[in-house]
Amino acid sequence: MYPPKFDYYRAGSVEEALALRKQHDGKFLAGGHSLIPVMKLRLSDPGVLVDIGRIDGLKGISAANGSAKIGALTTHAMVEAADNLPDILPEAAGWIGDPMVRNRGTVGGNIAHADPASDLPTVFTALQAKIHVAGEGGSRVVEASNFFTGLFETAMSDDEMVTAVEVPSKDNHTGTAYAKLFNPASRYAIVGAGAMLTMQGNQCTAASVSIGGLLPNAIRCPSVEAALFGQTLNEETIAAAAAAVANDIVADDVMGDIHASAEYRQRMAPVFVKRAIAAAAARA
Amino acid sequence: MSKYMGKAVKRVEDPRFIQGRGKYVANLKLANMGHAAIKRSPFAHAKINGVDASAAKALDGVIAVYTGQDLQAAGVGSLPCGFNPPGIVTAPHMPLAVDKVRHVGDGVAVVIANDIYTAYDALDLIEVDYEPLPAVVDAKKATAADAPQVHDEIPNNTSFHWPLGESDTVMGAMNESDHVVELDFINQRLIPNAMEPRACVAEWNAFTEEMTVWTSSQNPHLIRLLMSMATLGIPENRLRVISPDVGGGFGSKIFHYPEEVIVPWCSKQLGQPVKWVSTRSEAFVTDAHGRDHVTTAKLGVNNDGTFTALHVQTWANMGAYLSTFAPMIPTALYITLFSGLYKIPHIFGESWGTMTNTVPVDAYRGAGRPEASYLLERLIDIAARDLNMDPIELRRKNFIQPDEFPYQTPVAMVYDSGDYDQLFDKAMEVSGYNEMIEERDRARQEGRLVGIGVSGCIEASGAGPSKVVTSLGAGVGLWEHGLVRVHPTGKISVLTGTHAHGQGHETTFAQLVADELGVPMDDIEIVHGDTSKTPFGLGTYASRSAAVGGTAIMKSCEKIREKMKAIAAYQLEAAVEDMVYDQENGTIHVQGSPDRSKTFVDISVAALMGHIPDDMEPSLEEATFFDPPNFTFPNSAHIAMVEVDKESGEISLLKYAAVDDVGNVINPMIVEGQLQGGIVQGVGQALLEHGIYDEDGQLLTGTFLDYAMPRADDVPMSALGRIEIPSPSNPLGVKGAGEMGTIAGTPTVANAVMDALHPLGVRHVDIPHTAAAIHGAIQSASVSAD
Ligand SMILES: Cc1cc2nc3c(=O)[nH]c(=O)nc-3n(C[C@H](O)[C@H](O)[C@H](O)COP(=O)(O)OP(=O)(O)OC[C@H]3O[C@@H](n4cnc5c(N)ncnc54)[C@H](O)[C@@H]3O)c2cc1C
Repeated sequence: MYPPKFDYYRAGSVEEALALRKQHDGKFLAGGHSLIPVMKLRLSDPGVLVDIGRIDGLKGISAANGSAKIGALTTHAMVEAADNLPDILPEAAGWIGDPMVRNRGTVGGNIAHADPASDLPTVFTALQAKIHVAGEGGSRVVEASNFFTGLFETAMSDDEMVTAVEVPSKDNHTGTAYAKLFNPASRYAIVGAGAMLTMQGNQCTAASVSIGGLLPNAIRCPSVEAALFGQTLNEETIAAAAAAVANDIVADDVMGDIHASAEYRQRMAPVFVKRAIAAAAARA
Repeated sequence: MSKYMGKAVKRVEDPRFIQGRGKYVANLKLANMGHAAIKRSPFAHAKINGVDASAAKALDGVIAVYTGQDLQAAGVGSLPCGFNPPGIVTAPHMPLAVDKVRHVGDGVAVVIANDIYTAYDALDLIEVDYEPLPAVVDAKKATAADAPQVHDEIPNNTSFHWPLGESDTVMGAMNESDHVVELDFINQRLIPNAMEPRACVAEWNAFTEEMTVWTSSQNPHLIRLLMSMATLGIPENRLRVISPDVGGGFGSKIFHYPEEVIVPWCSKQLGQPVKWVSTRSEAFVTDAHGRDHVTTAKLGVNNDGTFTALHVQTWANMGAYLSTFAPMIPTALYITLFSGLYKIPHIFGESWGTMTNTVPVDAYRGAGRPEASYLLERLIDIAARDLNMDPIELRRKNFIQPDEFPYQTPVAMVYDSGDYDQLFDKAMEVSGYNEMIEERDRARQEGRLVGIGVSGCIEASGAGPSKVVTSLGAGVGLWEHGLVRVHPTGKISVLTGTHAHGQGHETTFAQLVADELGVPMDDIEIVHGDTSKTPFGLGTYASRSAAVGGTAIMKSCEKIREKMKAIAAYQLEAAVEDMVYDQENGTIHVQGSPDRSKTFVDISVAALMGHIPDDMEPSLEEATFFDPPNFTFPNSAHIAMVEVDKESGEISLLKYAAVDDVGNVINPMIVEGQLQGGIVQGVGQALLEHGIYDEDGQLLTGTFLDYAMPRADDVPMSALGRIEIPSPSNPLGVKGAGEMGTIAGTPTVANAVMDALHPLGVRHVDIPHTAAAIHGAIQSASVSAD
């Protein structure tokens, strides 16, 4: 597997990265674990790569004032090892690929690539994360639920890049969890469900639930959230709320492949939403 | 007392492999070496109207481009099929397609360039004018009257039909049985995926007119023979084939592949060395695949559990071309194993080898025997449920008894030895079978889907004698060569015609020789994999190396001992009959007078210097060509426990226990490694792996994103046990350990999953048992229950 010819530039700063990309009409290279495989399969021929991998300040996690900021170049392995992030993040990051992938792949690359089978879009959607995006004119913040717009599509333009993702920091009354049905071959998600619940005793006072894997992009699940809100959570109420995910999914949008038919994925949606909610509730 | 045999000696090859210092074909760099890349068909079936390589040839750095027509015009021959049962119909298989491509990945042209990147860029510039044709991918559908024809030479896409037994008699017995279990099922296509992809480097020396070929192969001598005889026409004395370290084969590197013709031919044409290394993507569409059977089977059983008759029909997918041994797999290595561990008075089996627009199918770890075991063990499991009997009890009822060996089965084989009750006693102990049942029943009461699977499998290893295998259709005998050369300093070189690519022969054969001659293991080197070093050999596959190759070496050691005794007798002026060879420490003394003795080195030097009896030839070098009198028959009892998630169909393999009789054991650590790894491969077929083609002949599982290989966390470590019943088929008493894990792993786990679903009334689900497939079965079961 040998990629077509390409030129390579290494950017030292966000500004330089944006300028190089524009000048050469190239593509950003972060961990390379989505981009390089498609180049090697000759499915992508970007011509010019702008390596952002060594830009200072984009790698690492900082927490302050109730939120945590994850730099775009933070690897999955760093997220997996973090102790100041909501449980859902180390949990989901630890299930990404294998140790090699987790050591190279980055949070920014993962969400910029917006593979429907990726885990982090679903996780960030549940966490109501804020995606920090830099462009020539300055930076802006996009809500995760507005960021993922379709199959490999985001709200970013080619002239922009992800610099960080901001998520709520860990807190005692809020439980978060991710439940994943693994593709047996790739270990990407066939269905992934994320939940963030705030609890007072057994009562759910806030709920944020997402689902991905089966749709072109991860989505929030307002029907499930509504069914949880104010509820005393037990096995039945959780199952009933999870079942409401059917109202949040447009059946025609559900994808199928040799590993899992659309019908199977649709049936799995409530199962994994239920698991995510139950686990999140137990952690709150 | 043996110092080495039976001991878990650490593998001498591991330090280089673990540290990444193995020398594989891909590591080879020769001066002025060109790099080859092959243009491959994206279509499953198409006419080639023309190939325009002008743009590719014009690309800077490209040395040459050749097409199938160029090779044909130069007189390159078709890749031969080496197993031809009576009535087989074959068709040519040119290394590069000439006027038609027959599977995705079929080679059309080759580019040689100064570097591999340029070679791949040039591939994109080659324009092939294809005229797509309809494709056929299914083994049975290929025989339909209106199915697309893969080769004009092979009507109805049926290359051969191989029946064994009397169908009418067997059906007569079947109809008189109390109960008949019937099953239509598939044994899915697998893609082997050895860790090291195939590779080939060739260097032609125009002055000596000698060709050297390095190839990642399991049997270099056979490759040389086929190159010489069929494809390249270079005489054997001018053709050297070397298989250095090889990173796994699992059968897929037994065969003579197109690249082993293309690369040497290009080297000769260009007068420079040429290298080709398969990419992983290429491996998926060019390495021979495994299994892929469509089968209809019936097992007759009486109410007391006795088996009465077995009737099987199989359509075996051969792919687009007959690979080197392909027809042997669903015939002589499959139907002949239908008796399993059991007395089944009437057996009939027949198979059709059919051509399709898919990658050729040939031997893959177990080769025919996994398919046989899966079929029989699934049928027996269903019978146990139908009769409401414990699956082990039903099996025991039909076992061939220890005093019945040698046992002639109705399907040609004569089993050599075994004690299947003892095997299962031990397996029940190692697995904690009774506690497992309690655990399962408790789980069932809680509404959980837990199941236990059992299998009892047989394998025929160490194939022989040669007369028998060649009479079945094999183009070569299955003897093996072993030469022991004692150097004047007492150091030893052992030349074997087997080939190690993960089996650890450098360790086990050294253990064997060390004990046979009473010398330290360190003094022994094992040489294999180079036709210029070892006289001849038939390579490694079908668990034959210890049983056949090891025996050849052992017999050569016996000859060395006898000659050393004669030399010592001469020097000590004693009678040969009075000489004792002390295998403990490698000394030779006169019976009753231990001080009248010679050391191993004394005699080694003497043999060099000619201090030997007058009628004796100098030097210490002995060779043996061992042709086994019979196969050996490793056998096993495996037990597994699984849990199925009711909601999602996800399966967890909770426990796996395996007790095997592989005969005498040379190195228990290596045997255990073979079993643990083999079991993982078997589990892979049961739960994960599936090579899937769509109707147009596109391979949908052409990368690891879609082809599910088992990973370490899919499978628990197996609890292993062993019984050792020496095989009478060879003096070492070994049976073979390379394939049983794979053979037994599949039916054991499939039976466990089916047991888990038994309370729901599910009878059979084809493998692989993916979460989606199992969930589907649970759904339809609950629908039909409503
Ligand atoms: C074997 C394997 C298994 C995997 N399994 C999983 C899995 O289970 N779950 C999962 O979620 N993922 C999985 N992945 C994907 C992995 O997480 C990738 O690392 C990730 O999707 C991409 O991140 P990267 O840093 O490697 O990006 P790259 O490959 O470098 O880039 C990907 C794309 O994003 C763009 N890009 C990168 N960074 C930025 C940025 N900061 N701003 C704007 N655009 C940017 C690039 O231009 C490119 O188009 C797997 C990958 C492999 C190879």
